[in-house]
Order: sequence, then structure tokens, then C-alpha cells
Amino acid sequence: MGRFIVARLLATLPVLLLVSLLTFGLLWLVPGDPASVFLDTSATQEALERVRREMGLDKPFLVRMGEWYARVLQGDLGTSLLLNRGVTEAILERLPVTLSLTAIAFFCAVVIGIAAGVLAAVKHGRAADQGLMSLALLGLSIPEFWLGLVLIWLLAVLVPVFPAGDYVAFVKDPLQWARHLALPAFTLACVQMGFVARMTRSSMLEVLGQDYVRTARAKGLPEPYVVLRHGLGNAMVPIVTVMGIMVGALLGGAVVTEQVFSLPGLGRLIIGAVLSRDFPVIQGGLLFLALIYLGVNLIVDLLYAVLDPRVRLG
Amino acid sequence: MSAATLALPATPGRESFARRLLRNRSFVIGALLVGVIVLAALLAPWIAPYDPLKGNFRARMVAPSGTYWMGTDHFGRDILSRILYGARISLQIGFAVALATGLLGVIIGASAGYFRRLDGPIMRLMDAFMAFPSIILAIAISAVLGASVTNVIIALSIAATPHTARIVRASVMVVREMEYVEAARALGAGHMRILLRHILANSLAPLVVRMTYVFAVAILNEAVLSYIGVGPPPPTPTFGAIIANGRDFIVAAPWITVAPGLTVLVSVLGLNLLGDGLRDVLDPRMAVNTR
Repeated sequence: MGRFIVARLLATLPVLLLVSLLTFGLLWLVPGDPASVFLDTSATQEALERVRREMGLDKPFLVRMGEWYARVLQGDLGTSLLLNRGVTEAILERLPVTLSLTAIAFFCAVVIGIAAGVLAAVKHGRAADQGLMSLALLGLSIPEFWLGLVLIWLLAVLVPVFPAGDYVAFVKDPLQWARHLALPAFTLACVQMGFVARMTRSSMLEVLGQDYVRTARAKGLPEPYVVLRHGLGNAMVPIVTVMGIMVGALLGGAVVTEQVFSLPGLGRLIIGAVLSRDFPVIQGGLLFLALIYLGVNLIVDLLYAVLDPRVRLG
Repeated sequence: MSAATLALPATPGRESFARRLLRNRSFVIGALLVGVIVLAALLAPWIAPYDPLKGNFRARMVAPSGTYWMGTDHFGRDILSRILYGARISLQIGFAVALATGLLGVIIGASAGYFRRLDGPIMRLMDAFMAFPSIILAIAISAVLGASVTNVIIALSIAATPHTARIVRASVMVVREMEYVEAARALGAGHMRILLRHILANSLAPLVVRMTYVFAVAILNEAVLSYIGVGPPPPTPTFGAIIANGRDFIVAAPWITVAPGLTVLVSVLGLNLLGDGLRDVLDPRMAVNTR
């Protein structure tokens, strides 16, 4: 197990290096001078010079890159051009919102998705199966930001059950926290719910056709036990594998959902930065999200190794 | 679609293939939905009742009626006409992204899957791209490049390519070990010939399915980009741009938001059904456990 952890950590290093290079290289894509893109055409020469200095654009490329790495490795993602404050600080301040939203959506997607998938597999070919799978496909096909807008219109304006936006911290008022996150979390969970349900169903159908399931039934085990223990227990393997990828998709979706529900999270920070071309914040936000993604996938892989001896010994 | 027909000569009995497709319910419903949307987009200049860009200030935010089937927006522009013209751009973007992603995915995935020495470096780079949530990568690239249809296509293609390359790589790695590939090599065929004639021709099925899904996701993501404000610049009608226009008037004029959203839903649903059907028929191994 120790060797597996070390090997897995080492395998992350080149990806980490490439991720940081891509983040740094994003500025290269900017047509022309990033400082003038940030300031638009009416900027004075002094303002341009100042922003160029702030972004380090006045220095040679390799020096700039060296300085950037030196800072980033110490956890300093630079200073926002617009907010005039540390990028790391701004990100950490907004992180709880994004993490709450992503975590709730992840939980809903996994629990509801798996339940629907198991039910569909058990009722294979019948109305319940077709109904659930149609719903899952609908969930996959719905534009989530649009669903958010429609939910706000229906459940916050026409029938005011939920608040239309804003955020209340969990530590301040857990009940209000949940109420404020209910609609955004459902919106965000929809796509992944459909995805998990479809995957669970096909994985379950495959497992339920195996000999050991027939044996379990033949020896008289109760059907729910067979389905959940022998069926779901083994059908979970491919689902656990994609959980890391799901977290990535949810983080991406959270950025958009936060925008729709005006939640003050990481997503709104990044999109605000994108719209004002605040490059240090864009780079910092991207790097931060990628780090979360890589971290989660590392954990998933380690969990996988704990669950499945073939992975850590093979 | 055209790639599917390309794959045909390799599979014996092309008639049974077409018939199997037509017997597949997902494929037929999906093809019908997509067909209607594509037809509407193609015919937009002839069937759109109004100019999609010209407002009528005496008919602002008019509810759906006999004159304006889907109502008008806050500039008095006809929503139906805007959706019809928007479909042209959104579908064009989706199609271009699917094509570009397929091409890039084949080049990158086949190189990684066929040449063992390239596999590690290429796939680590793909892993690095996949570490960024794809929609955020697309938003950032589109914003940095500047808003235009071409840049949206570039951004969405970059975001969708790594996963596609992975799929192509996986199927190339399976086919690479087949005996007929070894036979071709023994007969003295070069790398290019083996890759194109023997390996790619036999690993197209998952790619075709993936391209259909990429098309669907590209339409969804184009809508997100336009909604956020990094899509094609206004007043270009795209699905996302129309929805974004309606956002501030969702209480007074919900039709501005609802109608284009439903159009996106139907297009994406159709493409997903099409993809499901193609997967069932093209990839029988997967079809067993998903039908």
C-alpha cells in the first residue's frame, strides 16, 4: 500500500507541472498586449505601464516565469488587477460557498442517481424503467443555467417557496443555508444525476446477469439482499471510478450555477475576472480548481486501492 | 453521420446495418428531433416571419399570440425568428466542434495508442487539460481570445478534445493487438497504412458515438458561453444569447427565456438519443448492457 501511494503521488507530479504551465501559458493566448486588453483603448500610457509592471510584463519571459513559480509554490497566486487584493485571499474567502454547493449536489446526484439506476435495472424493460431512463436523459439534456432561471421563476417568484439567490453561511444559520442552496444544488445535480442513473442501470444489468447472482438467488437469499449486496456491491466499481471526474464536472457547473443564483462563490469570482480580463484572478482560479480536481482524484484512486486489492497489488 | 457511412464498407451486410438503425427507437426519435431542428435552421431565411435583428418598438415584450408565435423581447424582436436564426449559429458551432474534436481526437488519440513511446507524454498532457473543468477552460479560452464564432469553436474544441483522444486511444490499443494488424505488418505495410486502413477503420464506432455526444455538449456549452457573455458578440442570435436577453425580464416576459431554452433541450435531447441509438447499433458489446 505504501508503495502504491508513493507511485500514485509521483505520477501526479508531471500532470501538476503541465497544469501549472498551461495556467501560466494562458496569457500567451491573449492577442496583443494583456495590459491593454485589460484597460481597453482609452487608457493612458502611464496606466498601461503601471499594469504592465504589476503583471510583470516588463520583465523577460523566463524571469517572469521563475518569479511566478516562486510565488505560486508559496501559495501566493498574485494580486488582482481589479480588486487590488491577493488572489489567494479572495479565492479562500469564496471557497466555502462553492464547496457547499458542489458537495450537496454531489451527494444528491450520487444518492438519487444510484437509487434510480438500481430501480430501473430491477424493473428492466417495464414502465418504471422506461420512465426513469427518460427522466435521466432529460436531466442530461437540460441546459443547467436555463433550468436555474426557470426554477427561480417558478419556485422563487411565482410560488415563493425558496429565496431567489444570495447566500447565508452555514455557521450563521444552517436552516437558511440549506434553503438558499436547495435550488442551486438541485440545478447543479440534475445533469450528474442522469449520468449516474444511466451508468448504475447498465452496470447493474451486467452484474445481475452474472453467475454468482444466480447462485445467490438459487440458495434462497432474499431478493433485496441479492440486489443490494451482490448486485450493487459489484456494480459500484465503475461508478466509483467516475466520481472523481464527476467532481470536476460539478465544479465547472457550479461556476455557472453561482452566476445564475448570484451566489458569492469562486465561480462568480472567476467569471467576474473573465469579463473584466483580470488575468491574475483567472489564472489563480483555474489553477485552484485544477488542484482541487487533482486532489479529489488522488483520494478517489487511493480509496479505490483500499477497496480493491487488485489495484494496489497489480 | 457521414463518418458512420464511411465505416460501412468495413462491416459486412450494409443493409442489415441500416435496418438495425431504423429499428432502434432511440435512433429514430433522435433523428426526427435533430432533423426538424436542422431543417428549421436551414430554412430560417424563408420561414422566419420577421427580421431576427430588427426591433419594433411598438411591439416590445408582446406575449405569444397569432402574430408573434413565441412573443417578442424587450427590443420588440420576434423570438421565433431569433430562435430560427440562432439555431443556424448554434448548430453550426456544434457541428464544427464535433468535427474538429473528432479530427484532433483521432490524431492525438491514435498517435498515443499506436506509438507506445508517445503514449506517456501525450496522455499526461491530456490529463493536465482534463484537470480544468471543461466549461471553465472554454470560458477562459474564449474570453482570452476574444468573442467571436470562430473563437467559441476553438475554445469548445480544446475543451472536448482530451476526452475524445482518450476514447480513440483506448479503441486503437485494442485493435492494435489484433491478428490482422500483425498480418498487415508481416506483409510489410507501413505505419501510416496500418493506422489508417486497419486500425482506424476498425475503431471508428466509439468515435462516431462520441462525436454525437460532443455535438450535444457543444450546443449546451455554447449556450453557457453566450449566456455569460463570452460567446459570439451581440446582436448575433444564439440560443444562449436569447436566454441571457430574457434573464432580466423573466417575471414580466418569461417566454423570452423559456422558448429558446426548450429549443436547446430538444436539440440536445435529440442528439443524445441519436448517440444512444448509434451506440446500441455500432457497438454491440455496449448495447447488451445498456438496452
